[in-house]
Amino acid sequence: MSVGVIMLVHTALDRAEQAIRHWVDGGCPVVVHVDRKVGPKQYASFVDALSDLETVQFSRRHTCDWGTWALVAATQDAATQLLDSFPKVRHVYLASGACLPLRPVSELCAYLDARPETDFIESSTTADVPWTVGGLDKERFTLRFPFSWRRHRKIFDLYVKLQQLIRFRRRIPDGVIPHMGSQWWCLTRQTLSAILKDPKRPAHDRYFRKVWIPDESYFQTMARLHSTKIESRSLTLSKFDYQGKPHIFYDDHLAMLQRSGCFVARKIWHRASKLYDAFPEPLNSVKGLVEPNPSSVDRVFSNAVDRRTRGRPGLYMQSRFPTIDRENAVTVGPYSVLQGLAETFEGFEAWLANQTGADVHGHLYAPDRAHFADQSSVYIGGLSDDPTLRDYNAKMFLTNLLWNTRGTHQAFQFGPTDTQTINWMIAKDTNARITVVAGAWIIPLFRARQTFSDIRREAARLQRIEHKQLKILRSPFAKARVRVQTLAEFVRSPMDTLQTIVDEMSGQPRPRLTEVPNMVDLSGFGAFLQELRNQGMHPFLTGEFPTDFDVRPDDHPHRKPYLVR
Amino acid sequence: MLRLQRKRWKFRAFRKRRELSVVQNRTTTIKPGDILLFCTFRNEDIRLPYFFEYYRNLGVDHFLMVDNGGSDGGSAFAAEQPDVSLWSTEAGYGNSRFGMDWLTYLQWRYAHGHWALTVDVDEFFVYPFCDTRPLAALGDWLDASDVRSFGTIMLDMYPKGPVSQAVYERGMDPLQIADWFDTGNYTISRNKRMRNLWIQGGPRARAFFADNPEKAPALNKVPFVKWSRRYTYVSSTHMILPRGLNLVYDQQGGEKTSGVLLHAKFLNTFGDRAKEEASRGEHYGGADEYRRYADIPEQEADLWSKWSAQYLNWRQLEGLGLMSKGNWA
Repeated sequence: MSVGVIMLVHTALDRAEQAIRHWVDGGCPVVVHVDRKVGPKQYASFVDALSDLETVQFSRRHTCDWGTWALVAATQDAATQLLDSFPKVRHVYLASGACLPLRPVSELCAYLDARPETDFIESSTTADVPWTVGGLDKERFTLRFPFSWRRHRKIFDLYVKLQQLIRFRRRIPDGVIPHMGSQWWCLTRQTLSAILKDPKRPAHDRYFRKVWIPDESYFQTMARLHSTKIESRSLTLSKFDYQGKPHIFYDDHLAMLQRSGCFVARKIWHRASKLYDAFPEPLNSVKGLVEPNPSSVDRVFSNAVDRRTRGRPGLYMQSRFPTIDRENAVTVGPYSVLQGLAETFEGFEAWLANQTGADVHGHLYAPDRAHFADQSSVYIGGLSDDPTLRDYNAKMFLTNLLWNTRGTHQAFQFGPTDTQTINWMIAKDTNARITVVAGAWIIPLFRARQTFSDIRREAARLQRIEHKQLKILRSPFAKARVRVQTLAEFVRSPMDTLQTIVDEMSGQPRPRLTEVPNMVDLSGFGAFLQELRNQGMHPFLTGEFPTDFDVRPDDHPHRKPYLVR
Repeated sequence: MLRLQRKRWKFRAFRKRRELSVVQNRTTTIKPGDILLFCTFRNEDIRLPYFFEYYRNLGVDHFLMVDNGGSDGGSAFAAEQPDVSLWSTEAGYGNSRFGMDWLTYLQWRYAHGHWALTVDVDEFFVYPFCDTRPLAALGDWLDASDVRSFGTIMLDMYPKGPVSQAVYERGMDPLQIADWFDTGNYTISRNKRMRNLWIQGGPRARAFFADNPEKAPALNKVPFVKWSRRYTYVSSTHMILPRGLNLVYDQQGGEKTSGVLLHAKFLNTFGDRAKEEASRGEHYGGADEYRRYADIPEQEADLWSKWSAQYLNWRQLEGLGLMSKGNWA
């Protein structure tokens, strides 16, 4: 009878009874505090159900609201009663009705017997722990909190603001250094009676009565004053979510809890029958005195907090919808937008796909349809190539495509002939790698050999569109990695740009390119541009081409020297 | 304005209670904390047995059903069930806000303080851990987190091959034959007034509404709500008032916990239903949607594509980003 248990019970009395029987079976006396909110009938039948157990007592009842002093007062009363009634108790374990011993109680007793002087209580100063809710850490000890956070949230907030405004500060009693930690502790008889019999207790109690959530700080602070040996951790496995609410264990956590080696876990869902059937585990000589190791449990719950607070970038769904225009990275990962390259080279897309292993799409936003890499009409995720459907929500067409293909780099061709509504989105997206060969849209016109007046009109239209797009790409709000060259610059030395694109898409520097695509036949191109100028349409985005510019694929001037170098 | 609209819907629902006549009322067996299911149906006898089975397994304690002029024996079958309370009406579906007026009245009367699930007979609710944790676990957890409503996307399920050849028989799990879905072609915009998300897309948008995507059916639903007398659904379960209940999504980048309604509509029963509903004209937008389906020759109505995914379980959906565990672990 070395360990005694204080159990705070609020709801699910049947489960509390079960837990109490486990403790008693393991040889531990239990003092139960039942929340005064539990009705007299229920209370009477609960007491009655436990009347066969001699080492179970009930303590004076308090009305317990979350985060109030009553929880501490209830604990103090029960602790006094436990220490007085069971003189052989050496450690006192604070548990709740939703706590369940996982390992045999005798193992816990043996563990504590081997550490007779140690107090297990999580206790750290407010400066060192960031896990407080509502932004109140230090202030929970220096302001007053007479209003319930649960029931009168607005008054609570208002009163806090008011105190902050007039710079109100409570004096912390001398010698008290506020500490906080899990409310589930296990203290030695010496420490606990020292706390309860401290001559300054009335002053301390008066102070903590108005501290916020004193059940997480009263014993944690007092133990620091009276303990000789503190292990700052809780023997109760208890995880909290980002709002400070306890995570709950269900039947499907069975294997995880078995592996954890923890002595006690909370909160157990009251209908998790498999857990209540399986725990506490029968005596197991193998486990014996193993240390608890809750790291796998920690991982699962910290992942949950992460998912709730940060989520999966690039995902838009019924329960995650960050405003696209406000985010920095609106997509799941890096992708390449290529403008004017497919116009300049023969078979550019196939070449690039071959070089990089990426999915290289054609003009995804073309007016006729979305040209997916495999030219299919329905692409990964069920994306349709239908232009009306695509343009109905052009931004999400892209975020969807990137989400569906996450893990594979995506590249697509873009240009002034395409739907322009995604310009701002990709310009502001840190994941976008945009390469523009400005004025390259003129090459298809040059090669189409339409009537010249049509060409002139179309060229003017495309130039206007691209000019507007370039303004967006050059705006101070643009966060994408943008590279813009005129067609004239690009044609003079295309290799550097191609190398950069390939490196970027592979995610690492690649060996020098040995195989390059053929440039389209540009014979007569200089004269064509001059003719446009003569007609009054100045293709200024294209850059300066000499009138006699006349490149054929075979005598590309820069190709061979580059390779030799 | 919204308050007025809410009051109006509630008043309307109260007036329309007269259209309902009791077939079997077992609501006195409802205990505090019970999970209730609300549903309107018409000629769905073939689907009812599995529907009851599915939701009993999830832990629904009581079904409150409205039979809208059915003539196929479904009503008698439902009335026999020990956990069903049944009302019937011959009034028009369209005139009752597509059944919502009747359900709003029943919810007002019976659902206050309960978690209420409102679904159609062809909708199957899937939520994180639904294979190991009953609905009560979800309800308790949402209660503890001070969350009053739970959002889903409605996922249209379809067979591989022509819809007309997926032959459904009474009692069968429809998700055995309509087990394919589109994984990533849903588009979302925000309704500023009601604050809900408007989700469209999926196979219906792709196959039937490509020329007019705005008309494609809404897929956002808020089917699971800790009911209060003050609440009322606005259009089907797509929106609910007060509008704070529509905020089932996070706007800062985090993921709230959410689920999926698997919509097993596209079975061989669908062709006849489309023809009937198109002529009856009682559905949303004058059953324009059904008219579009009825126009498509049956042998061509094949929604499957090579990028369709075959349904396995909720973990698959959560991995694909079609639902989220959020903070529930």
